[in-house]
Amino acid sequence: MSATPLVSIRNLHATAGGTPILRGLDLELQAGEVHAIMGPNGSGKSTLSNVLVGKPGYEVTDGEVLFRGQNLVEVEPEVRAREGVFLAFQYPVEIPGVANNYFLRSAVNAIREHRGEEELDAIDFLTLLKEKMKLVEMPEDMMSRAINEGFSGGEKKRNEILQMLLLEPTFCILDETDSGLDIDALRVVANGVNQMRSPERAMLVITHYQRLLDHIVPDHVHVLSEGRIVKSGDKSLALELEEKGYGWIEGAEGEGDPS
Amino acid sequence: MAGANPDLEKLAKQEYKYGFVTDIEEDRAAPGLTEEVVRLISSKKNEPEWLLEYRLKAFHRFREMLAEGHAEPEWAKVTYPAIAYDEIVYYSAPKQQTKIDSLDELDPELRETYDKLGISLLEQKRLNGIAVDAVFDSVSVATTFKAELEKQGIIFCSFSEAVENHPKLVKQYLGSVVPYSDNFFACLNAAVFSDGSFAYIPKGVRCPMELSTYFRINAAGTGQFERTLLIADEDAYVSYLEGCTAPQRDENQLHAAVVELVALDRAEIKYSTVQNWYPGDKNGVGGIYNFVTKRGACRGFRSKISWTQVETGSAITWKYPSCLLIGDESVGEFYSVAMTNNKQQADTGTKMIHIGKNTTSTIISKGISAGEGDQSYRGLVRMGPKAHHARNYSQCDSLLMGDGCGAHTFPYLEASNPTATVEHEATTSKISDDQLFFCRQRGISEEDAVSMIVNGFCREVLRELPMEFAVEAQNLLAVSLEGSVG
Repeated sequence: MSATPLVSIRNLHATAGGTPILRGLDLELQAGEVHAIMGPNGSGKSTLSNVLVGKPGYEVTDGEVLFRGQNLVEVEPEVRAREGVFLAFQYPVEIPGVANNYFLRSAVNAIREHRGEEELDAIDFLTLLKEKMKLVEMPEDMMSRAINEGFSGGEKKRNEILQMLLLEPTFCILDETDSGLDIDALRVVANGVNQMRSPERAMLVITHYQRLLDHIVPDHVHVLSEGRIVKSGDKSLALELEEKGYGWIEGAEGEGDPS
Repeated sequence: MAGANPDLEKLAKQEYKYGFVTDIEEDRAAPGLTEEVVRLISSKKNEPEWLLEYRLKAFHRFREMLAEGHAEPEWAKVTYPAIAYDEIVYYSAPKQQTKIDSLDELDPELRETYDKLGISLLEQKRLNGIAVDAVFDSVSVATTFKAELEKQGIIFCSFSEAVENHPKLVKQYLGSVVPYSDNFFACLNAAVFSDGSFAYIPKGVRCPMELSTYFRINAAGTGQFERTLLIADEDAYVSYLEGCTAPQRDENQLHAAVVELVALDRAEIKYSTVQNWYPGDKNGVGGIYNFVTKRGACRGFRSKISWTQVETGSAITWKYPSCLLIGDESVGEFYSVAMTNNKQQADTGTKMIHIGKNTTSTIISKGISAGEGDQSYRGLVRMGPKAHHARNYSQCDSLLMGDGCGAHTFPYLEASNPTATVEHEATTSKISDDQLFFCRQRGISEEDAVSMIVNGFCREVLRELPMEFAVEAQNLLAVSLEGSVG
């Protein structure tokens, strides 16, 4: 008998800028699980992650997203974040003039306040920050710099994982976290993600490439095509995909496609 | 880009919390500017003959300018209904005639006013060691710490008191940086100036505390015409804070102040302003007209004058704090954050006039436009023929919030010297939706995110402010100031 899923996405239909992208997506994540989503360009991977975190410009036209039983669809993005939903962006932005550490302490404290926990003062926060920075192998001086300003692609991705480590979310969505990373950066990022694996947490890893999944081993793999999940399996599905390409899935789609 | 984000507009919609009026009996002249009114002002203050003559010269010139018809500067990019100069009252003073020795003797309603403004003089006296010369409408009401400053020979008092007690100094420097004929509003000011601050720092003295003055416009129909004169003698240093609040009124109020700074050899004057004049309601009705002439003369070798300002108020602002870099190796600096919202209009900037050799100037101007606010930065950098190896660096950045606002830059660069260097950089940006969303996805509300980003945008200027103004800047720009952790 399965417990209530941590995340339950049911019949999700969503548009991006008015264009329908998600056309009835169903997905369930139990706490403690890591799910991977793969799919060709245009299949709706970014739309899915953006809809989950409430990015403006996307509209849910049908269906629901239940997180701990609560439908997220009408919830403001910052409230979703404080409830424990986290997105590691594919293209992290730079914010000149705003120091990393100042920003992070604000974020950590916003979430702690929401949870009814005491806010961290500067000293306690610094201690926590240093501890987490070691896990992503970031030099301390990077934290007094402006958010992502002058960071390489790999450093930006590591900064995303650092934030995840600090904010301790319950539902982590990693949007093509491996894109643009070299082997060493990939190792560090994956290591950080694996540190976060826990029975209370669910993770959704969106990726094009099998390679990441060697490092972050998923419990389930799903293939997204034309706004729907068309096939699910375990980690071997990813290997099969890599071997056969997306065409294999799209070819098979006609047969088992629920309408 | 997509349509205006309604949440962004919420940010600048803060109720003007200083909207109230003090009901103290006032002593007012009849409206209109006549020779009689000028004489009245002068006699109320028991001014010496030479000063009355100065006022009268300015008065006559002013009426000439009015008659000539091309008096008010028209080149500024601001529009406003014509000012009826003959309907303004040019003198008003609260009935606080006797001088008092301690703050406790102040009229209780006055004290309450200061409390509401969050400027408890008593607290300041205890905690910050700031000497405060509080100007209530047109007359200085209280001066503190005079005795302590006097020990070092520092003179800090109201302008009126300076005329009475230090006439030679006043006569020597009054109008030496901004002559009354300089421009229309300076001319008006020279005729009817009410009061302001005066400071003289003697040779070699570093003023041990920030000098500060709070202004307040109260009476309906009263223009505010302060006159401030600060002199730093050789090797002296002073940091001066100017802060203003004003109550909610229905008619526009004219503010035409003149500030003159003089720095002699190796002296330094730091002049900071956090301004919060009533900006008019969201339809632009009833705000303050702020037409100010501020100029510093770096007369001495290696002298230095810095202007730092954070402006968020007034319906119309026309203001160009400037430096005349006369002494060789003298330095001029201008750091500014200007925010316009709703229907405010601002045409502001600075002038750096390089006259001596090896002079340097730095201009960092940050403009934030929101709502239907419109602002122009107008800067003049002039390198005179003898300004050998002079250098200027200017950076003008505009941040636009929403789709209805505007920002314009008019840099004027005049170089008459082939060895002088002038650098100018300018950027225009919007707070990007991606930046905002990133902050929100990390649990930070949109309002806080905008604050953070705006603060980051203004960082270079805000860190020039003396700490005493940090809190006021926060409130005004809705940002929190913090350096990096650790």
